[in-house]
Amino acid sequence: MPVLEITQRIDARGLSCPMPIVKTAQAIRLLEPGSAIELLATDAGSVKDVAAWCRTTGNILVEQTSDGAVYRFVIRRK
Amino acid sequence: MDEPLNLVLFSGTDDKLQAAAVLTAGAAALGKPVNIFLQYWALDAFRADRIASDHGLAPEAGTAGREAVDALAAAGQSRWADTLRQAKELGGVDIEACSLSMDLLHIDQGDLDPLVDGVEGVTAFYLAAGDGHVVFI
Repeated sequence: MPVLEITQRIDARGLSCPMPIVKTAQAIRLLEPGSAIELLATDAGSVKDVAAWCRTTGNILVEQTSDGAVYRFVIRRK
Repeated sequence: MDEPLNLVLFSGTDDKLQAAAVLTAGAAALGKPVNIFLQYWALDAFRADRIASDHGLAPEAGTAGREAVDALAAAGQSRWADTLRQAKELGGVDIEACSLSMDLLHIDQGDLDPLVDGVEGVTAFYLAAGDGHVVFI
């Protein structure tokens, strides 16, 4: 399986809802299909929001981890 | 997801406008169209020369509410007008001024911030709203 290349990182730490999702939606439109972004956020709502956004838009949530107060997501563009 | 979200904004305080901006940006990020109809005091808050002013909070906010809102702003929360601008950049967001409220407040379209796309009556708003929910804030 090829290694997923992260082509862009979005630092949304410190931003409140819905800015992590707005930044993600802005960024992913500029990506090639199949490439991925990494999102960092501190908004606790982003855990459910990112999953819901991916489900609705068809983009793929590849990875979701948290390091204390920081949530990290890897999302692949459909 | 194809039915639009339709917001009628009536109140002109910063907390209610912030809540409306968050709903708008979330919908826009999902690709859901949003129609916003500005009436009364909400329309007044969109005057170009006042949009960046302090518009106060709803009465129920009280002193503790004021402090909480100020703390979030100090932590870097976007102002509602900036959130709406970002939502509009995502596309699908149309903001219209209610023509009756324009008359009531003696506002011309040239007085309004460029966030406002145009002026319409309630019938045009309902036509755009289709079968989507209408939310009054």
